[in-house]
Amino acid sequence: MARSKNLAKWLISGPPLLYLIFFFAIPTALMAFAAFRFPGDYGGLLPLIGADPATGKTVLLVNSQNWHDYLTLDNFARFFQEAVYVELFIKSFGYAALTTLLCLGMSYPLAWLIARSPKKWRDLLVLLVILPFWSNFLIRVYAWMIILGPQGYFAKVVNMALGWIGIAPQQFLFTPFAVIIVLVYVHLPFMVLPLYANLEKHDMALLDAAQDLGASRWQRFWKVTWPLSLPGVYAGAALVFIPALGIFAVPDLVGGTDGIMIGNLIKQQFLDSRDWPFGSVLSIMLTLSVLLMAGFMTMLGRGGKRNAL
Amino acid sequence: MHSKQSKWLWGASLLVYAFLYMPLLIVVVYSFNDSKLNAEWVGFTTQWYGVLFNDDQMLTAARNSLLIGVTSSFFATILGTLAGLAMYKYKLRLLPVLVLTPIAIPEILMALSLLMFFVVLNFSMGYLSIGLAHIAFSIGFVAIVVRSRLQGMDESLVEAARDLGASPLQAFWQVTFPLILPGIIAGALMAFTLSIDDFVITYFVAGAGASTLPLQIYSMLKIAVTPEVNAISSLLMLLTLALIVIAAKVAPGALRASH
Repeated sequence: MARSKNLAKWLISGPPLLYLIFFFAIPTALMAFAAFRFPGDYGGLLPLIGADPATGKTVLLVNSQNWHDYLTLDNFARFFQEAVYVELFIKSFGYAALTTLLCLGMSYPLAWLIARSPKKWRDLLVLLVILPFWSNFLIRVYAWMIILGPQGYFAKVVNMALGWIGIAPQQFLFTPFAVIIVLVYVHLPFMVLPLYANLEKHDMALLDAAQDLGASRWQRFWKVTWPLSLPGVYAGAALVFIPALGIFAVPDLVGGTDGIMIGNLIKQQFLDSRDWPFGSVLSIMLTLSVLLMAGFMTMLGRGGKRNAL
Repeated sequence: MHSKQSKWLWGASLLVYAFLYMPLLIVVVYSFNDSKLNAEWVGFTTQWYGVLFNDDQMLTAARNSLLIGVTSSFFATILGTLAGLAMYKYKLRLLPVLVLTPIAIPEILMALSLLMFFVVLNFSMGYLSIGLAHIAFSIGFVAIVVRSRLQGMDESLVEAARDLGASPLQAFWQVTFPLILPGIIAGALMAFTLSIDDFVITYFVAGAGASTLPLQIYSMLKIAVTPEVNAISSLLMLLTLALIVIAAKVAPGALRASH
């Protein structure tokens, strides 16, 4: 009995486990290891296994005497020594944080409205938020390339208005401004959904009680609704901030030279400079940042829950 | 009582809905614009759809996308359903980590580690590497949907079946499986959409010869945007809508399960 139960357990969890070990865990470990290696002559990684010059046999080239020719910490040193890299990290954090804040500001009224509308409407209103998000990601970016483009109506109208107050015409596409708008656009549903899920559960009697006790509308929001909604806010913030931090396609398409982010730098190291070890270092730094932020948000989320109780 | 607040809320919300839909609407409208530039409305035409249907590269890419989408979502659904079941039934340590991390980390990390993996193994990159990668990132999404469906299921139904003499396997196929089927369908649709839409991972593991729709669209956006992009975009949106309608008809619980 116990044996067949064990067998069932392995039959069920074995296939996905093996698949993910093979196509996720091992590749990830490989990347972590690559950060300590040297780039090969034609890009990629300096091989650790190769033909022994004396015998011609395939052997492990690295050994206890020559390991420092094959393994190094220099890639990490380079990251911290050159200010451009750290600056780009800080800039990307700023972009992701601004995106998160804008998403929050736009999502809050919407999530509140959906949570407070009649039950039969809620599913439809939520569906209307998700629907655009089901169209291809690149199409959504492209739509903004049309809107923000120099010939588009947005640029014309805004530049006309700027002209009246005596400011020279501005370019919108291929700027950090475009990056932020598009980042907000592609991440908005990730903020609306957890916020809505949270706000839907609020007990409206609390707001009535606050009102009876003389609280103004703002006071009711800041003292009751906002603290109660913090777990939803942190969940949404994590869902927006983390993907926004590592994105490369949006800056690539609408960011121009000023709008690039960490993702673009990483891509560049892998595809253009072909310096995989340094690319891996950047990837590891990105992963660490993400883990740090995720941990931070979970901590805040717990704090939020405690405040709410 | 809340009337003033409601007006304000409705106003703000309508603006956000407009923000969500206006860009897509513009793409559709411009797909009928009789101009090579996506700037001003000149006149109505359907020529860009004609151009699209004569573009062999685009048609091949569409076929590849569909083929990869169907096959990879098929395997991802099986593996993801198993993962969802395992996470629900057993106390496991490693599996949940492996299932959930790919969803949580930025896509580019998974893309590059797979790129290195395939290169180091000397695996020739193409449709197979794309498919294998798509399965890997879809498993987690299917697993989450299936697990949440299992968590919402009334366990006593399975116990009742067992009391009536059903074997564990019978109880699974006759009770559990039909109950979680909408979740499995939702997961399959999700895996399919993820595969059809994926750009980042596909971009890195595609190798030189392989192309999918997103790769094709990306290269058009990078090199030469013609209104043909509007046409293909509009058709893709139509396809997505159709999929959602079908999902709502086939498995009424599926849409709810997916969010």
